[in-house]
Amino acid sequence: MLQARLDLMPETAPTLRSHLVIGRHTLRPLMAGALYWEAEDTLLVADLHLEKGAAFAARGMLLPPYDTRATLSRLGKLIEALDPQRVVALGDSFHRSECADNLVEDDFALLRSLQEGRDWFWICGNHDPHLPKTVGGTVCATLTIGGVVLRHEPSDKATGPEIVGHLHPIARICRRGTVVRRRCFATDGSRLVMPAFGAYTGGLNVLHEAFKPLFRWQQLEAWMMGRRAVYPVLGSLLLPDQ
Amino acid sequence: MSARTRKPAAGNDQSAQTAHLPKTFADWFASRGWHPRAHQLELLERARNGRDTLLIAPTGGGKTLAGFLPSLVDLAGRPLVHGPARGVHTLYVSPLKALATDIARNLAAPIAEMGLPIQLETRTGDTPQSRRARQRVLPPNILLTTPEQIALMLSHNSAGPLFGNLKYVILDELHALSASKRGDLLALDLVRLRTLAPDLTAIGLSATVARPYELSAYLVPQRHDRAPAMRFAEIVTAAGGVKADIAILKSEVDVPWAGHSARYALPEIYEAIKAHKLSLMFVNTRSQAEMLFHELWRVNDDNLPIALHHGSLDVGQRRKVEAAMVAGKLRAVVCTSTLDLGIDWGDVDLVINVGAPKGASRLAQRIGRANHRLDEPSKALLVPANRFEVMECQAALEAAEEGQQDTPPSRPGALDVLAQHILGTACAEPFEPDRLYEEVTSAAPYRDLPRESFDRVLAFVATGGYALANYDRYAKLKQTKDGTYRIAHPRFAQQYRLNVGTIVEAPMLRVRLARLKGGTLRPTGMVAGGRVLGEVEEHFIEQLSPGDTFVFAGEVLRFEGLREMDAIVTRAHATDAKVPAYAGGKFPLSTYLAERVRHMLAERKQWTKLPGQVSDWLRLQAAFSVVPTAGEMLIETFPRGQRHYLVCYPFEGRLAHQTLGMLLTRRLERAHAAPLGFVANEYALAVWGLNDMSAMIRGGRLDLRELFDEDMLGDDLDAWLAESNLMKRSFRVCAIISGLIERRHPGQEKSGRQMTASSDLIYDVLREHEPGHVLLRAAFADAATGLIDLGRLGQFLKRIGGRIRHSEVSRVSPLAVPVMLEIGRESVPGDAGETLLRETAEELVAEAMGDDASVSTTQSPGGEHAAS
Repeated sequence: MLQARLDLMPETAPTLRSHLVIGRHTLRPLMAGALYWEAEDTLLVADLHLEKGAAFAARGMLLPPYDTRATLSRLGKLIEALDPQRVVALGDSFHRSECADNLVEDDFALLRSLQEGRDWFWICGNHDPHLPKTVGGTVCATLTIGGVVLRHEPSDKATGPEIVGHLHPIARICRRGTVVRRRCFATDGSRLVMPAFGAYTGGLNVLHEAFKPLFRWQQLEAWMMGRRAVYPVLGSLLLPDQ
Repeated sequence: MSARTRKPAAGNDQSAQTAHLPKTFADWFASRGWHPRAHQLELLERARNGRDTLLIAPTGGGKTLAGFLPSLVDLAGRPLVHGPARGVHTLYVSPLKALATDIARNLAAPIAEMGLPIQLETRTGDTPQSRRARQRVLPPNILLTTPEQIALMLSHNSAGPLFGNLKYVILDELHALSASKRGDLLALDLVRLRTLAPDLTAIGLSATVARPYELSAYLVPQRHDRAPAMRFAEIVTAAGGVKADIAILKSEVDVPWAGHSARYALPEIYEAIKAHKLSLMFVNTRSQAEMLFHELWRVNDDNLPIALHHGSLDVGQRRKVEAAMVAGKLRAVVCTSTLDLGIDWGDVDLVINVGAPKGASRLAQRIGRANHRLDEPSKALLVPANRFEVMECQAALEAAEEGQQDTPPSRPGALDVLAQHILGTACAEPFEPDRLYEEVTSAAPYRDLPRESFDRVLAFVATGGYALANYDRYAKLKQTKDGTYRIAHPRFAQQYRLNVGTIVEAPMLRVRLARLKGGTLRPTGMVAGGRVLGEVEEHFIEQLSPGDTFVFAGEVLRFEGLREMDAIVTRAHATDAKVPAYAGGKFPLSTYLAERVRHMLAERKQWTKLPGQVSDWLRLQAAFSVVPTAGEMLIETFPRGQRHYLVCYPFEGRLAHQTLGMLLTRRLERAHAAPLGFVANEYALAVWGLNDMSAMIRGGRLDLRELFDEDMLGDDLDAWLAESNLMKRSFRVCAIISGLIERRHPGQEKSGRQMTASSDLIYDVLREHEPGHVLLRAAFADAATGLIDLGRLGQFLKRIGGRIRHSEVSRVSPLAVPVMLEIGRESVPGDAGETLLRETAEELVAEAMGDDASVSTTQSPGGEHAAS
């Protein structure tokens, strides 16, 4: 168990920070694209987009139906290693509300096993505003933990710190002539936008128009996902997508 | 039909055959002072007897008229029918829209002059919807079209009456279509047409190829189960024309060691243009075309009308250039393979091939663009852009003198194309799987398709064909009680029609000139609404930072930023571009020419054939490093800038080198050389990394023999394929062709980037959860012969079998210069990416530790974004 924990949160170089700060809280971004809040023993994920493949299939694009399995398996590995008391999915957990009832038996069983013995919160997103009871856990519009508001879309009325999803941030840097583009956690210390966790979810560059009103740009950091660590990169070093 | 057939090709031996020619036709030939050529009459006789025939003729051999004679003669002999036509009589298929239009124009003359009651129409992507709909109901006698249009017509239930009386199918430029996905599509269309019209006769027209029999098999229905041997069509070969007059340009100045611009030869090229009426200048890439055009205008003191033609330019611009050529208003045109195929744009009297010829057959095809008369030699000038290309030009010239051909061999039909065809077939009418399988395997490319593969493709089309079968309710095809498959909903037919075809372009961005506010000198801002100059690959724009300059549409442009699907640029007041090129040529150096070049390099005796400066260059290489023998491969290692380089010289073409680069970097990563990226050209591969590879080899920490071991194609390949960008690009193409994901259409909001991302994600998931899926098989087969060229790489590893010669040098060697200056770099996923991320992250820390001012003076991304 300890080893698994270390794999997920490897020792980073002494110069690298391993925690980001939202309000007064320190949280740990994980390479898998989830956020672990140790003080609250809470695991946060955003934009799972389960059953996205099936939603496309309904429109005549018969994408491989394994995205739900892939996403839940990755989430399962995290849950197994961290055994958090609480799991919060920050909205768009299902690609369509109706899809939530259509999980194949094995995927349903997998989801149930992940929920067992812990508090599970589904925050509603624009894709899944009406989740059926069958999905288990607690369905809610927002959730506040330690003064931090968790919701799907960033709110322009937010007065305190918030953690959101919805925008699927990615960041791009160029160094020694080589471009690296990764999913990322984007934060200015008071707002944090989580990367999308789902297997079929694409990304939007944090320098895109849509992110513009969200951050105090001097304070922006993109925590970019690597294979051995999550790397905090100063906002001014980022490049737009082209 | 132009002056192509104006002289008798042979003596009196043809008078006997002329008997087949009706009087109207004989008179028409006579009235023009022409005699029909032997091959025209031979083809006529065979086709009239219903025998599928392949005509092989050099350019200028009256090939097109030969192909149409059987149709014209047959139609001329029919009683005039009033009222609706009884379906199409002759279908002419060309790889190019423009060629179909051109042929229609040329054919109209003899039809009018002989007063034949024949309706002739074209149908291409440009034909208005209303006319296309009318053509399905009231078809012309002769329809000139493209493979995609045939597929579209076959997907309607009107296909039966439309093609039921089809007599002839003429496949023009067959050599350019076969052994490609478009060729597969056409082959499937042809067998479908045969089912609808069992009596049709297929006529193939082709330039000289390496294996005519292989090509002819395309024209006849194969009978795999009943006759195991391949069936071939009859072949008529036209007498060859006069041998081309080819020369390699001799320059006063040195041939550069590197580069593709051929800038050194500009004065000589310009003189050659001045000395001829109309010169066609072929280059291999659009960037070369841009560069050459730009440079020519710099020296164009006489203001000669010189134009530019390539696939990225705005269509209107291209049409203008074509019209000007025909009208004789131009003296020279710089072009890419867009003008390779048989359209006659004016009276070209000189072909200048700038850069590498790439293959003997490709060069012959290009040279054939000059002078469409059989009795006069085509004139060509080869201009090598660097010293490797001097050797390649010499090899190509020798091959041309010996009449050698190196057209690519045929390969099994692609499964993604089959998927598209199956859906199209169902759109027209329900089908029985057994009968469709029989039909499909009668097409030469699918002759050996196992039933199991067919069934898997069918399942893929119907429900996705996944092991986890939970899409039955979303099925596109449903099996009815009688066993036939029918389309589940009419909207799938619509989807199919939007998606038809096998040409999948890389995502493109429009290049749009910005209009500046506040004047050009002190602009205060920019408005995006300027003129569109053309399109470039998204890949290329991705490499640019705002402020970078590049050459496009004959101008030096400054990249300003991106706005939606537009790359916004301004005119740079500079003569040289910072980013010199974009995208490599599509065609790799042929194995045949590569081998000739390797031998030329190895055998010092042959150096005397080369210009002095080139043999000097090789001698310099021999003195500074090593010149490898024909059987061995040279590897050089040296430091440069902040990086350490390893350069090897396999001579296997860019695609195979790219794959080798991918696999090598994996191995180098394991050996802790921290490779950052690599670049390949036709002859060599350069890999660079953070660690000193010379020292590693010296210290025994890097074993070159092991590095190039054949087992590279085992686990390493497999592991690489999991994350390979090239594999993902192949998969994307297969996913689009097979109809898994939809094609992007103009005006659709979805950006190419998002589409690429999503097909990449699909690839990841599918590979992890169902690695044996038929679409992955298709993508792999595709990549193995195309983007990753595994076949060639395997032969190479076997060929060198450890015969490696290492040379540690202190700096770039003469031989390494060309590849070092190559553009089109691939970065390595993995360790290097980690290193760069770490460095960038540490920069943050360093900045954060320093004084606050350094952070606050950094321009905020928000501000920068607002400005772009």
